[in-house]
Amino acid sequence: MQFLIDNFAALTITGLAIGAVYALIALGYTFVYGVLRLINFAHSEVFMYGSFAAVWVVMILGGNVSGSTGQVIFWVAMMFVAAMLMSGFVAVVIERVAYRPLRKRNAPPLIALISAIGASFVLSEAMGLREKIARWFGLDDTLRDYVSNSRNNVPLPTIIKPQGVFNLFGYEVTNVDIFVIVGAIAMMIVLDQFVSRSRLGRGIRAVAMDPEAAALMGVNRDRVIRVTFLVGGVMAGAAAVFYLLKIGITRYDVGFILGVKAFTAAVLGGIGNLRGALLGGFVLGLAENYGSAIVGTQWKDVVSFLLLIVILLFRPTGLLGESLGKARA
Amino acid sequence: MSTSTAQTRKPRLDFKDRVAGLPKPVKIVLWALFAVFLFALPLLNIPFITTEDSDFGGVLFTVATYVLVALGLNIVVGYAGLLDLGYVGFYAIGAYVVGVLSSAHASLPWLVAVPIAIVVAMISGVILGAPTLRVRGDYLAIVTLGFGEIVRLTLVNSQWLGGARGITDIPRPPGIELFEVPSLDWSNGTPVVDLDNTTTFLKFGIGDFVPYYWLALVIIVLVLVFDILVKNSRVGRAWEATREDEDAAELMGVPTFRFKLLAFSLGAAIGGLSGALFAGKAGFISPDSFQLLLSILFIAAVVVGGAGNRVGVILGAIVVSYFPERFREFADFRVLVFGLALMVLAIFRPQGILPPGRTRRVKRADEREQVLEEGLPDA
Repeated sequence: MQFLIDNFAALTITGLAIGAVYALIALGYTFVYGVLRLINFAHSEVFMYGSFAAVWVVMILGGNVSGSTGQVIFWVAMMFVAAMLMSGFVAVVIERVAYRPLRKRNAPPLIALISAIGASFVLSEAMGLREKIARWFGLDDTLRDYVSNSRNNVPLPTIIKPQGVFNLFGYEVTNVDIFVIVGAIAMMIVLDQFVSRSRLGRGIRAVAMDPEAAALMGVNRDRVIRVTFLVGGVMAGAAAVFYLLKIGITRYDVGFILGVKAFTAAVLGGIGNLRGALLGGFVLGLAENYGSAIVGTQWKDVVSFLLLIVILLFRPTGLLGESLGKARA
Repeated sequence: MSTSTAQTRKPRLDFKDRVAGLPKPVKIVLWALFAVFLFALPLLNIPFITTEDSDFGGVLFTVATYVLVALGLNIVVGYAGLLDLGYVGFYAIGAYVVGVLSSAHASLPWLVAVPIAIVVAMISGVILGAPTLRVRGDYLAIVTLGFGEIVRLTLVNSQWLGGARGITDIPRPPGIELFEVPSLDWSNGTPVVDLDNTTTFLKFGIGDFVPYYWLALVIIVLVLVFDILVKNSRVGRAWEATREDEDAAELMGVPTFRFKLLAFSLGAAIGGLSGALFAGKAGFISPDSFQLLLSILFIAAVVVGGAGNRVGVILGAIVVSYFPERFREFADFRVLVFGLALMVLAIFRPQGILPPGRTRRVKRADEREQVLEEGLPDA
């Protein structure tokens, strides 16, 4: 308990930073759930592919710690571009390959879970086996830096050195912390505006509210679903960049536990609710950090799941309630 | 004209109807033969089916535990329609209760520890279910998933339970050494009885896993009988009603919450039993044996096979557990191929390998309705 009080500021800032990452990934779950009423189990791999794209682009551009400010901005921007493109692409492919054929056949929702689990296995294993796959094409020598030791951690070359910017009750808040938290909130605001103002956002809300009525009103359901996956994927790509800047490593199975956490965050805030995902992410990140300060780091995940169970007992639809459509119609 | 073709078309007898039409003594003999075949399977060493790279008895035992787990999970997912992503938690509880009572902190014999494990798993099912079964379907999925992780992390972090190293020296089931059973040798292309390579009937040893497979098979038969009795009783009908429309069932006087809890705890009990069986065979358990991934494989077994159809989920369990073992030559690519197989199965058999009878009935009713509404589709 003393530890919690002594390190309150540090725990709060790291909790917010990791919570921001959870929130951005949670958006993908919440979006897809709102429109299709199913858990996109493969979303964790969308995040993972984004993180690899970000690491690789920095490696290609030769990013290093001694870059000038302009260079650093360029590298980070390129990380966002690469990660968002890759994640958005993977998300759309998942929708095309694993979900659309099922929708065409009116399959029961449970089977979509299986096909998503299958897609998730294929994607993460393909990344874990990239050295062997590159060898088939005789590329393992050319791509050595990118594919060797494919089952191990892949570090992001350090491009931003964490520096204390200001002191908050004895904790040096670093530039990375600020960038991650502010950046994630900014992305959320942009997304929120997109959903509530743009034509496509209106389509998404309409389909979430009542798919059949939306179709009768001339909303192209397939297109809306594709956009939903794309937006969720792009957000996961952004999350991957923030995650890399904060944590610094990724690996082929990084998505699994993060995905579970992000999904927890989505449910915590009220699945299908955008602002709920943001709130859920931050609450989860903070609770995890405070909780592990009180009962020990090894119980971190137990704290988050217990919190989820307790909250669902008292608010069965999450903190802010569900529904993408009803939230701000 | 179109109606006359509908009347003259002879209803196609499917396999099930044909089997059902056989005289009773023939059926009994067929079932007995099938049972003998299953028991003899690990000794027959049939080419192609037998796994080359790993002990076939051990593989069959693994398959049998998956079948058992799938039967238990089928009660929860298939009959009651509750999506449980943390089933491995009950499996772990069963295994650890046996471990704690027979090795770590007491030395009860395995046979005494197993019933206790079943009861503890059942109680844990009630404890988890009582507060959480009130939340709706998709929320239940994440809550149970969290439960599975809580169980595993507690095992990792609790020194009393052996921490990450787990529990060793779990006693094996009691056995008697009665006689030797020879196996077949196919190395010359034709089966030859191989008297050198034998299995001692009911010696639960270390090197030979065939007796464990036999034990598992007997337990599966018992659970199946129980399953059939429950499914055909009032309880089974109450589950079906709850799954199809909870509100309607409640209005018709079905205490849905109580029946959901019953399904949950029965499923948990069978999960605990499988865990206890696993602990007895392995002799060693650690939290690594109870990863979250296992829960997902269990769910995959049930859904791939056809949730709600007990023969289907047995097939699903065999697919999920046997094929990765059989195709070990793919080595690293096993999981990838398995993932592809799941996707292909999902797309081409959306109702599972063997959909439950109800799904087929509904489909037929839909077709009839369509014929009434729009006439027969002319080719």
